[in-house]
Amino acid sequence: MDPVAALREAFPDAVRDTQEFRGELTVIVDGVRIVDICRHCRDTAGLEYNFLSDVTGIDYLPQEPRFGVVYHLYSMLHNRSLRLKVLLSAENPIVPSVIPVYAAANWFEREIYDLLGIMFTDHPDLRRLLMPEDWDGHPLRKDYPLGYETVQFSFNFDEVDRHKPYAKE
Amino acid sequence: MGLTSKLGGMGVVTVKLEDAINWSRTRAMWPMLFGLACCAIEMMSAQASNYDLSRFGMELMRPSPRQSDLMIVAGRVTRKMAPVLRQLYDQMPEPKWVLSMGDCASCGGIFNNYAIVQGVDEIVPVDVYVAGCPPRPEQLIHGIITLHERVKQERLDDWV
Amino acid sequence: MTVSEITTWQGDVEQLKGLVSERALSGETMVLNMGPQHPSTHGVLRLLLELDGENIISCVPDVGFLHTGIEKNMEAKRYEQAITMTDRMDYLSPMGNNLVYCLAMEKLIDLDVPLRAQYIRVLLAELTRINSHLVWLATHALDIGAMSVFLYCFREREKLLDIFEIVSGQRMMSTYFRPGGLWRDVPEEFEPAVRDFLDYFPGKIDDYENLLTSNPLWLDRTQGIGFLSADDAIRLGCSGPTLRGSGVNWDIRKAIPYSSYDHFDFEVPLGQHGDVYDRYIVRMKELRQSLHIVRQALDNLPGGPVRSNNRKYVPPPRSELGQSMEAVIHHFKLWTEGFRPPEGEVYVRVESPRGELGCFLASDGSPKPWRVHFRTPTFVHLSALPHMAKDHLIADLVGIIGSIDIVLGDCDR
Repeated sequence: MDPVAALREAFPDAVRDTQEFRGELTVIVDGVRIVDICRHCRDTAGLEYNFLSDVTGIDYLPQEPRFGVVYHLYSMLHNRSLRLKVLLSAENPIVPSVIPVYAAANWFEREIYDLLGIMFTDHPDLRRLLMPEDWDGHPLRKDYPLGYETVQFSFNFDEVDRHKPYAKE
Repeated sequence: MGLTSKLGGMGVVTVKLEDAINWSRTRAMWPMLFGLACCAIEMMSAQASNYDLSRFGMELMRPSPRQSDLMIVAGRVTRKMAPVLRQLYDQMPEPKWVLSMGDCASCGGIFNNYAIVQGVDEIVPVDVYVAGCPPRPEQLIHGIITLHERVKQERLDDWV
Repeated sequence: MTVSEITTWQGDVEQLKGLVSERALSGETMVLNMGPQHPSTHGVLRLLLELDGENIISCVPDVGFLHTGIEKNMEAKRYEQAITMTDRMDYLSPMGNNLVYCLAMEKLIDLDVPLRAQYIRVLLAELTRINSHLVWLATHALDIGAMSVFLYCFREREKLLDIFEIVSGQRMMSTYFRPGGLWRDVPEEFEPAVRDFLDYFPGKIDDYENLLTSNPLWLDRTQGIGFLSADDAIRLGCSGPTLRGSGVNWDIRKAIPYSSYDHFDFEVPLGQHGDVYDRYIVRMKELRQSLHIVRQALDNLPGGPVRSNNRKYVPPPRSELGQSMEAVIHHFKLWTEGFRPPEGEVYVRVESPRGELGCFLASDGSPKPWRVHFRTPTFVHLSALPHMAKDHLIADLVGIIGSIDIVLGDCDR
């Protein structure tokens, strides 16, 4: 079954756009319906995307909508992949959690919350995953600096050495 | 007795107290089993059969800081790990030494970013730095021998 | 200090709500912190365990102690520069990481890879798999109490590291795969070294199996422990030997062949029960299958170039620089500015020693990647750990952690 046609038929108002690049199919869908769409992809005969490979987020700054959440579904039965993408605005990056359909999404969504600051509603345990709990900001956002520190070479050794916080005994 | 027969009737050996202490410290310097990242695998290689770190009195890697003398910081230290590292250092009994193994631990290495501490000497005082990404086991052993040489130089007035 | 003061949880109780059961909040069960400095957590994994005696009621993993910011740092580097970062992600299979990132770049720019390079990639990826499984076996057995296996495995691993050093000059962080092929062709010492290893290693696998496979102590500690049903494994996103130990036949090398894996004949070992022992059996059989693939790749190694001839993306060989102005220009452009792939997003998956390693690469047409994301197997397997560890003893938890073969660098990136 053609996944795009099936999704368009089942969710005529939720499918925004489809793209194909290097043989990979991307379906851009409405974030509000993502749980239903995932459930449909998993349970419909002929689609059966039973395996959630990956969930990740992108920051498209300065474009608007700014954020994207990308779901990579895979069907072991049909050996096919499908990419679902949800676009979110900068002011309100909130999307429902897909844990009820794919339990594997749990840590992926926590990671996206941690590194990109996208909120997932109905997530059972939305805490920071990788960064310390008291960390400020979301490092993978494009307006977050890399945190580069000046490298100490022989020509600027003393300059850098003055500011370097050496540990005390 | 074994010692008497070994010495072959030489009777008494006289030695300076600080030399005896330094010798005993270098011959049984237990490192802490403190693997962080890639370098930890090379540290395990150094401990394993081909390189056999126990030749240098490092028979045992102690996972507990309270039983160890040498902290080998093997791998990149993140901002999340830094407080843990300092706490482990504080728990080690005196005298204690720190060996920073690999580029990441020594200066941040190729990871010059928000997450990595740019050199573990910002958190704990380091005695020996070992370069390499990751250093070969030979390099680690060289670093340890360098540390031994340093320990042998210590004098009584350093301790009081 | 009285006993009741010692046994009360000193931290903020609010933080524990929802993570552990109500019994822990009343003090009926004990909350124990395991890690991040612990000999059996394979690095810097922290586990919050809720215990009823020795039994685990709930297990909350806390990761991120090795979060290196690799994804962010790669955005600040050009495509080819960023390969060095991927080595240090899953530091037990650096070539596997190189491979997935190179495949993603090649898919993005639609770059051809010569057959010889593809074969050498397969060969080295399989040697890396053996290398990684050796460290897994060494540490897994050490955790359960078999010290001698550790020494044997590291002895054999040195031979593999020598081979990697022959091809790339580095023992671990080889950065040998490049977009469009390899860094350079393998030297002539390579083939005899691999053949030596092929003759030497099968007997060593027999030795490990003699020590462990039917050892009653090993069986007691592994059979029936850490059970994961096939449905749960798929639901929780498990892949690789962890999934196949539960009897699901899904190997990316067979399902979605990449880098000409379809030219090779090999079997996918499967377990039946989904416990620690079956995952062990699957990995031991994979060692033999990997050797089989390496032998085929070496016997059928085609001749020809090892880098694509597409000068817009692949630098010209150094021999051309003295004769061709065009080659100089390409060389200069590639090493100062880098190449500009078309706009688009690709996702590539490979079978790493631990499972599905995916790379999501988004390009905006500039010489630096807009977003690189790695879907790493350890990350997903660790999120499935609470499910596997429930109602087991602490001593078994160590075996379960070993059986899913975690690498914290792979998890935290």
